[in-house]
Amino acid sequence: MKVFASFVRKEFKHIERDTRTLVILFAMPIILIVLFGFAITTEVKDIRYTVLDMSHDQYTQRLAERFAANRYFIYKGEVSNRQQAMAKFNHGDVDMVIVFGGNFAQELGHCTGGSIQLLLDGSEPNQAATRAGYAQQVIADFAQELQQSSATGQQCNIVPVTHLLYNPQAISAYNFVPGIIGLILMLVCCMMTAIAIVREKESGSMEVLLASPLKAMTIILAKLVPYFVISFADLVIILLLSRYMLGMPFAGNLPAFIGISLIYIIVCLSLGLMISCLCSSQLAAMLISLIMVIPCIYFSGMAFPIESMPTTFQHVSTVMPARWYVSVVRKLMVQGVAVKYVIEETLILAFSAAVLLSIALASFKKRL
Amino acid sequence: MVLKYLIVKEFKQMMRNIILPIVFVLLPIGVINVLPRIATQEVKHLKFSVVDNDHSALSQRLMNKIAASSYFDLVGAFPNYNKALATIESCEADIVVEIEPEFEKNLITTGVASVAIDANAVNGMKGSLGSSYAAQIIADYAAQLRDERGLDASGTTVAKFDVAPRYLFNPTLDYKVYMIPALLGMLLIILVGFLPSINIVGEKEKGTIEQINVTPVSKIEFILSKLIPYAVVGIFLLTFAMLLARGIHGITPAGSVALIYAFALVFCVVVASIGLIISNYSSNTQQATLTFFFFMMIFMLMSGLLTPVASMPAWSRAITEVNPMRFAMEAFRTLYLKDASFGDLSPQFWRLCIMAVVLWAWAIASYRKNS
Amino acid sequence: MKENYVIEAEGLTKKFGDFTATNHITFKVHEGEIFGFLGANGAGKTTAMRMLCGLSRPSEGRATVAGYDVYRQAEEVKKHIGYMSQKFSLYDDLTVAENLRLFGGIYGMKRKLINEKTDRLLAELGFTSKKNAMVKSLPLGWKQKLAFSLAIFHDPKIVFLDEPTGGVDPVTRRQFWELIYQASDRGITVFVTTHYMDEAEYCDRVSIMVDGCIKALDSPRNLKKQFGVDSMYDVFLTLARTAQRSSD
Repeated sequence: MKVFASFVRKEFKHIERDTRTLVILFAMPIILIVLFGFAITTEVKDIRYTVLDMSHDQYTQRLAERFAANRYFIYKGEVSNRQQAMAKFNHGDVDMVIVFGGNFAQELGHCTGGSIQLLLDGSEPNQAATRAGYAQQVIADFAQELQQSSATGQQCNIVPVTHLLYNPQAISAYNFVPGIIGLILMLVCCMMTAIAIVREKESGSMEVLLASPLKAMTIILAKLVPYFVISFADLVIILLLSRYMLGMPFAGNLPAFIGISLIYIIVCLSLGLMISCLCSSQLAAMLISLIMVIPCIYFSGMAFPIESMPTTFQHVSTVMPARWYVSVVRKLMVQGVAVKYVIEETLILAFSAAVLLSIALASFKKRL
Repeated sequence: MVLKYLIVKEFKQMMRNIILPIVFVLLPIGVINVLPRIATQEVKHLKFSVVDNDHSALSQRLMNKIAASSYFDLVGAFPNYNKALATIESCEADIVVEIEPEFEKNLITTGVASVAIDANAVNGMKGSLGSSYAAQIIADYAAQLRDERGLDASGTTVAKFDVAPRYLFNPTLDYKVYMIPALLGMLLIILVGFLPSINIVGEKEKGTIEQINVTPVSKIEFILSKLIPYAVVGIFLLTFAMLLARGIHGITPAGSVALIYAFALVFCVVVASIGLIISNYSSNTQQATLTFFFFMMIFMLMSGLLTPVASMPAWSRAITEVNPMRFAMEAFRTLYLKDASFGDLSPQFWRLCIMAVVLWAWAIASYRKNS
Repeated sequence: MKENYVIEAEGLTKKFGDFTATNHITFKVHEGEIFGFLGANGAGKTTAMRMLCGLSRPSEGRATVAGYDVYRQAEEVKKHIGYMSQKFSLYDDLTVAENLRLFGGIYGMKRKLINEKTDRLLAELGFTSKKNAMVKSLPLGWKQKLAFSLAIFHDPKIVFLDEPTGGVDPVTRRQFWELIYQASDRGITVFVTTHYMDEAEYCDRVSIMVDGCIKALDSPRNLKKQFGVDSMYDVFLTLARTAQRSSD
């Protein structure tokens, strides 16, 4: 036990001496949380629009004023024909053009209705659909007001009452934070561990250690401990920041959450160990761990909903441990549901931890 | 012509590496073939549960109308709200639609009825888009009911608008068309940025840099010899990836291909210089990799790859002004989706050029032949 | 006849923080001689040599190599020297010929000259069959010979060798010294560090460094006379006992 402790101390010294690596390991989660919490958002606001009014009557004026007064819209001047509108699109100056057809006021009262065309830059589909939705809302409100000011006939309205559960303001960070945790733990435990071990192999100092009377297992465990500690510290930092800086509710069961996180950390460390056994050069270790880390961004549902993927890739995502972990974090941290809802994920993670750890240890022993 | 010898050396080393040539071929295939299919934020096939407290003909019709929409898949009907909520808690459903008791009666007697839409908004975009789709279907249903009952025909005073949204550049709102040009930028930053970042530090670890430092080779030539091969690789990767995008997804640029190459070339110089700067300041590969990864992550997040720059608050938009990835991505997206001219993109182009010159000079200055 | 010095060092010092690796060393090297630079591990030999090669900037003092100041004209110095480092530092993923072509090219040699010299050199070394072999596949002794040949490929005025024979067998060491003599015959000044005392006997003059300072400098014969011993080994031991630094 004493030998083990002195080994762990040696490994900590290695990391401690490399100040920059240490700074990045702790700055990364903080910066990611700040960026995701305050900078990066899918919220749609500041819709830049221009008006192409071929009617110029009191209704089009009033509706245009409605848009100008709405805080989601930013008026970028009027255009007089479609060519000008296209030029503005090409230049990236506007997101939307509101086109009022001729004779708007006259048509308004008839069954055809006043015709309004919304031209939208569809480059980014979700933004475009949301912008169209906002514009339609403004127009619908205006229509209702006109209707109320005129003689009221019998109505037939269904009022939708919408609640956004767990995240009433639809803050994007709530969606990203679980992914960030999954990513950082993977990065520290898998990639950094793999490179650290392979570096000792490359420089030959591993041979020296393995030739010593110490048990190989002691050496390797000592190497893992600092990364385990760092990743756990990162986890705590993220939790504190998301609770107190982003004001995320964290309604779920904390001990269960920590426990499942530990299982996930073991999964990542085993992967790192496996990679280090396979590779003999740092370049190879890096490329292979990148191949493990990048899918963590794409397949975990962190940024892209798994349900939107083609079925084949949904199946692929089931073998990514990060996917299950992110799902647990989302349920426990953001939704705050009972532990019984995450049993499936936990079992899968525990199973993969057991399998990966035994493969890693077996391949490590074989190398001796 | 010292440069020629140095460049030949870099290419030979690159091609003799066991992994790199494979990565050059497989990575673009992976990125262009797989990522656009999974990197989609498209909101469709939302799963919804229903609580019908009315069990009337009209409420039944509303349920069927939602289920028939291509946006929604029905999970099931539940006798009470809590049972339906459980399907959201376990993530089996994304939305619960609850129809009030007396729905039909209210609608007929008072003309107003209400429907509750509860959406799981952990993913804010999905939650709000999903609930607004549901609201739209309900509004359509109301209009349909009005038509059936001839309410509108009763008077000409009813104001009505015929609103037709039309989406330009990407009429079918296909997410792939939006992601692929951005992925070209990502591909370049991964390979053309990452490889130089571990190149010089690798020579430091092996000791070969010592043998170079003791020769009279100039710093400019040495840095150029590290930069040019990666720029060439970048152009090769871009060509390959563009052909893949065309072959696999049938997506071709609407604008000038020559302009895409011009942007790519300047962008390659920028990212390769960043990689070399990191390499110059690092003492081992692990450190270089982590540093590069750190910057790459910030570049990508602040570029508009996942979320629009326009949605950012002012302070972070100010940061994106110095992010080369942002300008390259804007250029690639604009050139792929719109037939933009050089004039439309000249601000982006000149900014990238300035960054290229500054970073290149920095890469040369940070390479030290003695300590 | 006035002596021609190709290396002149005066009070040359290098400090790393509080640690003084090389402490005010002063010496001169004649043109064409084989100058042995002796010292235990950690005595400061490599640091001194790196300063002379323009790889490391002196903290104090001055030195000229081939007539150029190592502090202000490091790049000029580099045009006139060859260097073989302690750790093998040729590109092991390039072939023998490719390494020669690369460094020949860097020193501005014409392609035709490079090809001629490559063939002649490989024939002399008996390496012709290995011309297109990857450097990493060569045994250590061959690598060392190749590294030396490469260091003098561009006919420098001076060649710096940092423990060139570390880890090779006695026969190869013998052959290696023959190469050094050949280079010396061509008029190249050889500056070599070593801790093999038999090799010290091969040098025209040697200096012995202890704890960053030069403690003795003369021909091997004079040094033995001065210390009243029979071999360079005993000279070295007498001086090394005074060392304070651990040899690590």
